[in-house]
Amino acid sequence: MLIYLIRRLAQSALVLFVMSALVFLGVYAIGNPVDILINPQADQAEIARATAALGLDQPLVVQYRNFLVSAFGGELGRSFASNVPAVDLILQRMPATIELAFTAMIIAIVLGLPLGLWAGLWPDSASAKAIMAGSILGFSLPTFWVGLMLIMVFSVWLGWLPPTGRGQTVNVLGIDLSLFTWDGLRHLFMPALNLALFKLALLIRLTRAGTREAMVQDYVRFARAKGVSERRIVRVHVLKNIMIPIVTVIGLEFGSVLAFAIVTETIFAWPGMGKLLIDSINVLDRPVIVAYLMIIVFVFIFINLIVDLLYTALDPRVRLGGARA
Amino acid sequence: MLRFSATLVVLFACATLPVRAADISIALSADVTSIDPHFHNLTPNNNVSNHIFEALVAKDARGQLRPGLAESWRTIDDLTWEFRLRKGVKFHDGSDFTAADVAFSLDRVPTVPNSPSPFTTYSKQIVEKIVVDPYTIRFKTAAPYPLMANDMSTIMIVSSRAAKGAGTEDFNSGKAAIGTGPFKFVRWQKGDRIELARYEGYWGAKSPWDKAVLRIIASDPTRVASLLAGEVRAIENVPTADLSRVTKQADLSVYRIVSHRIMYLHVDSNRETTPFVTDKAGRPLNRNPLKDVRVRHALSKAINRQALVDRVMEGAARATGQLMPEGMFGYTPTLKAEPYDPDGARKLLAEAGYPDGFAMTIHGPNDRYVNDDQVTQTLAQMFSRIGVPTKVETMPSAVYFTRANKLEFSVMLVGWGSDTSEASSPLKALLATYNNDKGMGQANRGRYSSAKMDGLLQQALATVDDARREQLLQQATAVAMSDLGIIPLYHQENVWATRKGIVYTPRADERTFAHEFRPQ
Repeated sequence: MLIYLIRRLAQSALVLFVMSALVFLGVYAIGNPVDILINPQADQAEIARATAALGLDQPLVVQYRNFLVSAFGGELGRSFASNVPAVDLILQRMPATIELAFTAMIIAIVLGLPLGLWAGLWPDSASAKAIMAGSILGFSLPTFWVGLMLIMVFSVWLGWLPPTGRGQTVNVLGIDLSLFTWDGLRHLFMPALNLALFKLALLIRLTRAGTREAMVQDYVRFARAKGVSERRIVRVHVLKNIMIPIVTVIGLEFGSVLAFAIVTETIFAWPGMGKLLIDSINVLDRPVIVAYLMIIVFVFIFINLIVDLLYTALDPRVRLGGARA
Repeated sequence: MLRFSATLVVLFACATLPVRAADISIALSADVTSIDPHFHNLTPNNNVSNHIFEALVAKDARGQLRPGLAESWRTIDDLTWEFRLRKGVKFHDGSDFTAADVAFSLDRVPTVPNSPSPFTTYSKQIVEKIVVDPYTIRFKTAAPYPLMANDMSTIMIVSSRAAKGAGTEDFNSGKAAIGTGPFKFVRWQKGDRIELARYEGYWGAKSPWDKAVLRIIASDPTRVASLLAGEVRAIENVPTADLSRVTKQADLSVYRIVSHRIMYLHVDSNRETTPFVTDKAGRPLNRNPLKDVRVRHALSKAINRQALVDRVMEGAARATGQLMPEGMFGYTPTLKAEPYDPDGARKLLAEAGYPDGFAMTIHGPNDRYVNDDQVTQTLAQMFSRIGVPTKVETMPSAVYFTRANKLEFSVMLVGWGSDTSEASSPLKALLATYNNDKGMGQANRGRYSSAKMDGLLQQALATVDDARREQLLQQATAVAMSDLGIIPLYHQENVWATRKGIVYTPRADERTFAHEFRPQ
């Protein structure tokens, strides 16, 4: 187990390093940040001065080395646009995104598992067909369109929910969260629902397929023959067996919701990390882009590790390989 | 399940927060990168700074200079400007505003670390600052400098006490954000909002709002929806797609004014060959047709500016044939927008030796200006009609401006906002001969060069007398426009929308000032 963890960490460090180099190079190739950041009124001497102030007059290798030095110092570079350590900028925005992603995943799980199970257990019923038809909509409607429709219906026509922004926050253990205030929840509901729709559809389909497959397995038939109650069959025999692919998908999807909630954040003016990434790409704020992606890669690695550990809990047959992994 | 969500929705609905009448929230369209007024010379930043801080010179809605922290200013001789400061002005922390704060602020400008766009543009002409008495300060320049008052309208005065040794982060946290402006800084939530409170000790007309919240809502449809839902009481940059709808809505008001931002085509007019012009088969040409002024005139005649304004811009622009909009310093009444004349265009092409035309690709950004993508597409269609089949390539501005600065394009769509509200700004940046050492023509991406224009401009830049200078700027503009160093298209309009009952005086400089919104 310990060897497994060490190996995973070593792999992760390598992945982070390669990724940082690739992104750094990629953003460098796009264009010169000074061309975007500088006021057009500035003359050539000032353009040169700003270039030097941001360290962009150095050769690429030196710029990358400076970034690495700063990364090991914990700053991950300083934002060109706001002169604040990139990691601070990202961490300030992170709670907003995490609570959005978390709420979205909760909505998706709390609704998706029972609905999928229902559709899998009684596939021919009208309600199951309605659920499946609904899930197709969840897949196929583009997020930005659904988001705008939500705003139009609930905010503009009905006037029930605030259209944009994050509500009042309270400080919980040093982190500003809006999950615990009424105003915060009102602001959170629509973007979270918007973000959840796709995941919800995915979970419904996955659960349904798993359930249908499990229901015809020998162990379910044996359990039935033994006279085990239907409720216990579903809970112990079916659910537990279909959980492995579902947990994998939930894990990966949580990562992607965190990293790429961009569209929802933009539509609802939600001050999360996704909006920060877009703004940073628009002005080629390289330290923030690289730092953002490094943090995201780290989050993915971490979630995958948790998922792997969960497997062993769910299925005793799964062993985390040490020497052979 | 259905019942559950219905209950939830009703619960949410019951808790609608009351909005206090004396507060205002306004949606801005672009994010702010810092509260430090000397860190990043960027319109959204300057817009926010202007609530908390003030400059020596203020600007009214039409870009005319007005007394700000300075009551008056004059030239003592050709090389000395004197500013007399307003007495009795207090900073938000209660300390007095004096000439020491002015000197401190000007000294701070070049020392702000890591500034991606320093304000030295407006301070570097000053070679010496002399504090005559606490309410008089003199600036010495190396050469006659008529634009001193314009430049002093851009540099915010910070408190020499609160901002001593303060870095950008101290301003962001509010510690050093002590100014003399109509609002006190309360809180900045990055990417989301800036909260301000009325400064009761303000020397001028006090804000009608106890509190002002500037919300950052970059997405166009969302910004409009927030106004429709009443979440905000005013928005800036109403998207042209929604303009007619918003105008018709009975519970909203729209305020618009022609902007100092001109949209134009820069044409690669000075090189022997140019990368994106070929013959119709796609083979390179051995000379650059755009070098011929007749070809540039043909392209200009091919453009139906009124159609661009009416159809693509939904009326939120004014066709133009020069750099400044009507009413601004350097506007020339005799220069009209070139009329649409495709036959004349074809004739000129034939005269220039291209009876069969040629092929080209034009470039434009797709995320920088209002409808930039569609405008570029439309222009290509118009050029194709006079026998110049034109392809379009648009790209994000992050890529576009780097390539444009490297002179990789032949014909490109660009915009220019004349921050000084007078014609020397575009003449100097876009049309003066590119010269690194003199700092001229820094945005002259077509490399237009005319000794006559340069001479007139140099003369204007050294003329302190306003009437004489305006004349010289008009002459320089006339030369550049007859050569078509750039092909002017239109001036954008700045458009605000508010809930009924809130009035705004629209500003030519694109600024959205909470204190200038008034209840009816």
